[in-house]
Parts: sequence; structure tokens; C-alpha cells
Amino acid sequence: MKILVCITHVPDTTSKIAFTENNTKFDKTGVQYIIGPYDDYALARAVELKEASGGTITALNVGEADTEPTIRKALAIGADDAIRVNAFPTDALFVAKQIAKIAEENKYDLILMGRESIDFNGGQVHGMVGELLGIPSLSPVMTLDIAGTTAKMTREIEGGKEYVEAELPLVLGCQEPIAEWKIPNMRGIMSARTKPLAVVEPTSDAPAVVVEKYELPPAKSGVKMVPADNIGELVNLLKNEAKVI
Amino acid sequence: MSALVFVELDEKKAKKSSLEAVSYGKAVAGSATAIVFGEMDADQASAIGAAGASKIIHVTDAKLATPNIMAYASAIAEAMNKGGHDTLIVSKSSLGDPVSARVAIKLNAALAANVSDLPSGDVVKSSIYTGKAFANNKLNGQRRVIVIKKNAIEVKTDGGAASVETFSPATNDADFKVKVIKSEKATGDILLPEADIVVSGGRGLKGPENWGMIEDLAKTLGAATGCSKPVSDMDWRPHHEHVGQTGIKVSPTLYIAVGISGAIQHLAGVNSSKYIVVINKDPEAPFFKAADYGVVGDAFEIVPKLTEAIKAEQG
Repeated sequence: MKILVCITHVPDTTSKIAFTENNTKFDKTGVQYIIGPYDDYALARAVELKEASGGTITALNVGEADTEPTIRKALAIGADDAIRVNAFPTDALFVAKQIAKIAEENKYDLILMGRESIDFNGGQVHGMVGELLGIPSLSPVMTLDIAGTTAKMTREIEGGKEYVEAELPLVLGCQEPIAEWKIPNMRGIMSARTKPLAVVEPTSDAPAVVVEKYELPPAKSGVKMVPADNIGELVNLLKNEAKVI
Repeated sequence: MSALVFVELDEKKAKKSSLEAVSYGKAVAGSATAIVFGEMDADQASAIGAAGASKIIHVTDAKLATPNIMAYASAIAEAMNKGGHDTLIVSKSSLGDPVSARVAIKLNAALAANVSDLPSGDVVKSSIYTGKAFANNKLNGQRRVIVIKKNAIEVKTDGGAASVETFSPATNDADFKVKVIKSEKATGDILLPEADIVVSGGRGLKGPENWGMIEDLAKTLGAATGCSKPVSDMDWRPHHEHVGQTGIKVSPTLYIAVGISGAIQHLAGVNSSKYIVVINKDPEAPFFKAADYGVVGDAFEIVPKLTEAIKAEQG
């Protein structure tokens, strides 16, 4: 089975978010970058599927040269080779077109990624890739088992889950508990240095969405403490000040 | 401008988040047409009209009665073209998100996700970095798809009656390749992403057997229940109640956190709530910094008292 795992290069979940250049650029100062946590689940499940029944895993990232350490980490975890599309990932449609082009050239059985990136949180790329390739896409997928060319999955829905079956090829957005995150071992880290990482140029598509300005949410005005023996006061505040009950 | 709004039904009623989308569509485009799939209760057309739709396109084909991402996307794209709509409004959900993505490709439309506010001119504001920031997006091209978060707008109720028109979209076998074998859904409960009030419990509750008081408080407030990641990891509560960075992101008007310390990953899932109440025995719990109201003390005493006090207030 040929598996493509698309990974994002995103700030660690504990990062302080700030912007520079008059709020037009993300401030990378002191920020540590990681494989998107949901993408990490997708990659871990791909490694398990390969261990169980063979195949190859290609890691794909749409990003500029500074994403390569993140891509090497995916190689250390278990991808066989990697592709970097040399472009800043401006918006979901642009990224989806890059992934679809690579997928059309290489015919993967399974295209896995996280349910969403943790920077833009759109959760749209898998659906767009599926539509561009004319194949089903499902997200968020919580379990994935493959028998022959049939995939059995559970997908989270509001207040529950649905059990879904479809034939490969498929595009899936993954989330826990599809697999446990894998930590690269020393052998993986050593071998990742020499695994192939191809750099390809992007398609000529223009971005569909342009961020004009970033902004931070207004700061909270500070917490009002209510003594534990005066819960009536909390009810009063919720009713008469916040007007939410 | 003219907006089409995808209205989702839940137990034959328009979801509240979809009514928000209708009001949003009307506010953005001046007029809104709703598209609805499957059987709906008799009073729903007037609810959708009151929210702002002047027309409802009702898809009644049996094949499309149950949610189908690919077929719904095809039908919506067809309705967009037929009606000459340039804007599609969808509320974020496990169905709305993937349908939006596919329609955006079919129509070559620019898409903005997680939209938290009405547009200002042609700039649309999206919540990014899991609620820690916003991006003001300019959408290029003639057509756009806007996926809104809960509470991006209040549901209006002053619209008129909507005309209802049956629509039978062209169906394509390729759109029926995914088989939903069965779905398991908590019934009767208020769904977490839809709820105006959420009551969440954390490890401070010590065990799943203590959730009764959380449920009582939620029931009294008409709220949904949520939990922190450790609680769902330990299987005290199901995963679909996990609120946080890697779980559900909620934006209710009131979020009540009981026995949750407020790790940054949990805050990421709740920071677009309008008001946050934190009840924790540790005065140093980081959650207090993100809260509007805080109570330091034993949850096992405070929560039942709070429930009683709210009941007394409600009469």
C-alpha cells in the first residue's frame, strides 16, 4: 500500500502567539516548531499500517526551507521518503492544490493528514483534496482498519460517532485515538538524515485568501473572585452583570 | 449579492447553529435562501424564515434524506449555480465543514473557515491559532464560502415567511461511495458544539461516579456537559465531550469549569467563550487568569450549592 502523509509545520501548542511588521506576520521569535499534533496521529497510524502489511510512506509538506527539520522528524518516525513543495502555505485551497498535484502524479492508496492544522484550524484541506481527486474524504477519523481495498473507519460526529466503510483510495483527516504518537528512536533519527527529501516547485495557482492583518483577542479585564460561602453572589453576577443565565 | 445557506436538521428541526447561519447570510448579502435536506417538522419553515431566509429550497429525495457529504456538496453547488448565488454560508460542524470544502472546489470559490464575526467590507475575520488570535482575510474571486463558528451572530427572529420550493438535484453514483454502517449518538442531550452554556469537569472531580453534580448543574442551566483531556483519556467521559486543543473547541456564552486547572491546551478550546466561571480548590490554578468569575473552594460543596441557588433564582 502506498500512503501519503501530509504534515504541517506549526508552533508548539504552548507557544505564545504574537505578530510583527504591523501585525502582518507571525512572530517566530522563541517559537518551537513541531509536526501538527493531528498530523502526528496520522503518521503514527500510517507507520502501524505499514508494519502490519507492508507498503511505503511518503511525507509531504507544503512549506519553505525552514520546515525541513520537521520533515526530517517525520522521516525519523517512519516515513520512507519525503517531498517538500517549496511555497508558503497561504490558504487551504492553495495547499490542497499542491497536495492533489503530487497525489495525481504518484497514485497513493491512502492520503492521511490531521483533522486540522493547529495554526489556521480550518480543517478544510482533506475535503478539498478529496474533491480535487474525485475521491471520498472523511474527517475526523478516530479509528482506521484496512482489509484488502476496503477501509473501515469511525468518524466523530456531534454527540457521538458513525461507523463508515469505503473503498480505497481515500483522503482522511485523523485525530486521536487513531494511534499513539510515536517518538523517533536513535536508529530512526540516524536513518532520517539520508532518506530522500525531494523539493518541488508549487503550481502557479494564486492564493484564494490573503490575510491582511492579524490581531490578538482583547485581554480579559481580570477575574472577579466570589467567596465560596457566598454562591448567591455568583448567581447574581451571572444574572445581572453578565446576563447569561 | 445573494447568499445560499446550508441548514442542517437534527431530529427534523433546524439546528440553532444553522439558524445563526441564516441570520448571517441575510446580514451579509441582504437576502438569504436556505437549502434543507430531508424531512422537517411543519413549524421549521417559519423558524428558518424568521431567522432571515426569504426562500427555502427543500430537497426531499429519499436518497438524500440522510447526511451524505459528497452528494450534499454536489446538490449545494448545483443550487448555487441555479440560483445565481455568490456566497455560501455554512455553520461549522462535522457535516458542514467537509461539505464546504467540496463546494469551494466545485465552484472555485475562496473559503474562510472559523469565521467569528460579520465581515467588514470584503474582509472576513477568522479565529486562528486555536482561538489565540484572529486573521482578517481578504477573499479573492467572484464567489466565496464562509464557514461560521457558533456565536458569530445572534439568531434573528424578525424575518418574514419563507417560500418553500422543492428541489430535486441531479445525483451521481460516484457521490454514494461512502457507506455509513451505523451511527451512535447521545439522544435528548444538548450537543456540546451547539450549547449556549457548557459545564465541564476535570480531574478535580476524582472519578466518573461524581459526574452527577455536573449533570445536575448542566440540566438546571439547559447546558451541555464537557470535560478536560485527562478525563476523556481515562475514559471517565466519552471523547466527544473532550474540550480543548485536540478535542472540541466551544464558543458558548457561558463556560463553567469545575476542577480543571486550565492547562494551555484546555484553554485553547474555550478561549472564545463569552464568559468563563472557574471553580477550583487551588487558588493558583492558571485557569483563574482566563476567567471572568472565580470561586476558590471544594467543588463537592460549591457545585450543589450553585445548582440550588440557580434553581431558587429560576423559581
